[in-house]
Amino acid sequence: MAETFTFSLDGGKISAHPGQSIMEAADAAGVYIPRLCDTEGLKPQGSCRVCVVKMNGRTVAACTQPAKADSVVESETPEILGYRRDLVRMLFHEGNHLCPICEASGRCELQAMAYRLGITQSTKYPYLQPVRPVDASHPDIVLDTNRCILCGRCIRASRDIDGKNVFEYVGRGIHKKVGVNGDNLADTNVSIDDRAIHLDICPVGCIIQKGRGFFTPIGKRQFDLAPIGGEEKGHEE
Amino acid sequence: MAICERFGNDRTRLLDILLEVQAQFRFVGPSLMECIARQISTYRVEVEGMVSFYAFFSDTPRGQVVIRLCDDIIDRHAGTGEIARVFSRILGIGFGDTSPDGHFTLEYTPCIGMSDQAPAALLNERVVTCLTPERAEEIALGLMGGLNPGELELPEGDGNNLNPLIGSTVRNNIRLRGEVLLGEVPADAGLRKTLRRPPDQVMEDVERAGLLGLGGAGFPTGHKWRMAADTPAERRIVICNADEGEPGTFKDRVLLTERADLMIEGMTIAAYAIKADGGIIYLRGEYAYLRNYLEAVLQRRRDQGLLGAGADRLGGFDIRIQMGAGAYICGEESALISSCEGLRGEPKNRPPYPVESGYLGYPTIVGNVETFCCAARILDRGAAWFRSWGTKASPGTKLLSVSGDCERPGVYELPFGVSVRELLDLAGAPDAAAVQVGGASGQMINMSQFDRRICQEDLPTGGSVMVFSARRNILEIVEYFLDFFIEESCGYCTPCRVGNVFLKQRIGKIRQGLCQPEDLDYLRELGRTVAETSRCGLGHTSPNPVLSSIANFPLVYAALLKENRNGREASFNIQSALEESRHLAKRRSMIYDPTYDGD
Repeated sequence: MAETFTFSLDGGKISAHPGQSIMEAADAAGVYIPRLCDTEGLKPQGSCRVCVVKMNGRTVAACTQPAKADSVVESETPEILGYRRDLVRMLFHEGNHLCPICEASGRCELQAMAYRLGITQSTKYPYLQPVRPVDASHPDIVLDTNRCILCGRCIRASRDIDGKNVFEYVGRGIHKKVGVNGDNLADTNVSIDDRAIHLDICPVGCIIQKGRGFFTPIGKRQFDLAPIGGEEKGHEE
Repeated sequence: MAICERFGNDRTRLLDILLEVQAQFRFVGPSLMECIARQISTYRVEVEGMVSFYAFFSDTPRGQVVIRLCDDIIDRHAGTGEIARVFSRILGIGFGDTSPDGHFTLEYTPCIGMSDQAPAALLNERVVTCLTPERAEEIALGLMGGLNPGELELPEGDGNNLNPLIGSTVRNNIRLRGEVLLGEVPADAGLRKTLRRPPDQVMEDVERAGLLGLGGAGFPTGHKWRMAADTPAERRIVICNADEGEPGTFKDRVLLTERADLMIEGMTIAAYAIKADGGIIYLRGEYAYLRNYLEAVLQRRRDQGLLGAGADRLGGFDIRIQMGAGAYICGEESALISSCEGLRGEPKNRPPYPVESGYLGYPTIVGNVETFCCAARILDRGAAWFRSWGTKASPGTKLLSVSGDCERPGVYELPFGVSVRELLDLAGAPDAAAVQVGGASGQMINMSQFDRRICQEDLPTGGSVMVFSARRNILEIVEYFLDFFIEESCGYCTPCRVGNVFLKQRIGKIRQGLCQPEDLDYLRELGRTVAETSRCGLGHTSPNPVLSSIANFPLVYAALLKENRNGREASFNIQSALEESRHLAKRRSMIYDPTYDGD
């Protein structure tokens, strides 16, 4: 076992070993830091910024920032919560997220994160309402990038786990989107059995498995049962 | 494909491959992407990711002559609109269009580094400046008559722009020569002294001189070199950032034209100090007209034994030129490295920092053109000499690119610490009402702040100083800068990709008189979230025009905002609120359009 050190997270003591990110150390200690683009088993990329924390006063992404010995990290402060709400609102308003008609409702991490952060009504931002064509060319899979939050989880899963590179970012700025390695999904070698298509990879309703919508009754869906990140709890002292 | 083979089918040279494919085929469509991907062993969607990232690439055919008219705010004020109408009328196409015969494409482009001779445009790689409607007409008619951009008769430039390898109409507009960079500079004096000393002492000199990166970020150069030197590695890399893209800056253009040897000398000194064997000059695509000249300088230095295999004291250190392809974000050092590696020009996650793991994983120092020039001078004249100019935190002189509403736009070499007022006096700007210091990402200051000083202690800048008279509309300028950031954001992180769009939309609403005082709180809060949570410098600074104009020009905003009185939303306009419904229903409202009788 490598040598360990500690840092403070919202006043609690977290132990970490060299090379561990703030997020990994917090996860190991059972302290949840909100996140969307990061998920277990994929290399973190720090793009959604929902996991921002302050480390010694500097705003950093917890998923990509290595933990530092004796640093002071703030996560659940009013300032940081304000940033997280703004970021989640931005994602809601960037795409078309109509929860009542979305197959991912109830297991959608964006929706669940909004609830966790107390966003329950329409917000101050304008809606950008993209109108990108839906790709339903594949017999088993639909891709609706109007619902994409650009977390890149499908890209990393396809590349790093499936070894296929079915997905990749194309475009830049507000026109950035997830593209596929071909004219459309049917033109790629994607398969319903790919890790990238697994229900827990796409955090929203952008990648949909055909014939599998609304399979869990309301009240029994993933985030009906427990909020994302689990119940909020205090840190060990 | 021969182009891929010429680059050894090397995936990391994808940017160069695409530049050549675009030049030859005039587009990179799906079948070309497929073909390139197969040959360099990557995926078509990765090639598509590149093509769709850089502005110079297109997946549909472009014209033989691509006319890129600069629509930077300075150019707009100088009359871009009229020039645009002339081109559009004579070529018979709109902006963003390609003529049916495939001869011409007409488009707008952000700042091309010619703000001192605006309005300007690029005709393929050839720059045309100081455009008037008459000159635009001559050019457009010449092109319609079958002339290549290179065959057009244009006024001569000055200085090295007359060199046949440059042959450009561009003028240097050097208005004030300081002693560090634009005065007399003996050839390779710094390098000769460097080679007589151990690398450690060379870095010490740069550290003692207190040289800070002059591209805008202001990181201590000596410290950067030291960290790269201290990272164990088989190879190290020196990159010169000549991707001068900050709106309103053009001082690197002048250095590349007039001080190319000094810049390369500085890079060579850095390579000796940190024991680097590879060098890259990342030249922005808009400055392609300087490429042949720079290649010739590099070749002459190889022949002189100062670079390449002959430079045994330097471990064979050699330099290649990497052309950019139209992406402001590539001025950010880690995005620039991504771009050199044939990737989308997106910043990398740090740590690791480039000095630990940069280009292809090797410790890399990235420095601005001006920084390398200064380093060479420090090694010739010493740290104390350099420190005899400037302020404690910002030693030395700074090249300032002045443009906009002044009589003498151009490059001024002045000691750090000079006040904005002194600069405005030199440039002849008696009716300046607002000055944007540091480009789009900098600060907009008002007349009461003209005694502020340009240096780290007060107003830092990479060199851009844009002057606006009272005739100009502050909010038009702010909205333009936001448009620029929206266009140039890489889109990697949420706040920069989305937040800048929201900032711009609200500024637009304010300009239309549809906002109330609370909207300023909205802008401040949103600006703070974008600045705090973005991943790189672009998002950290993109709200600056909004935040600094709210702080320094409150009356401009106040004049456009409407207070809510008696529980009514003053900005609410029933007619514009109904517009969408009218459109959908395809009829007007009998209640709110009193003259409408229902037919």
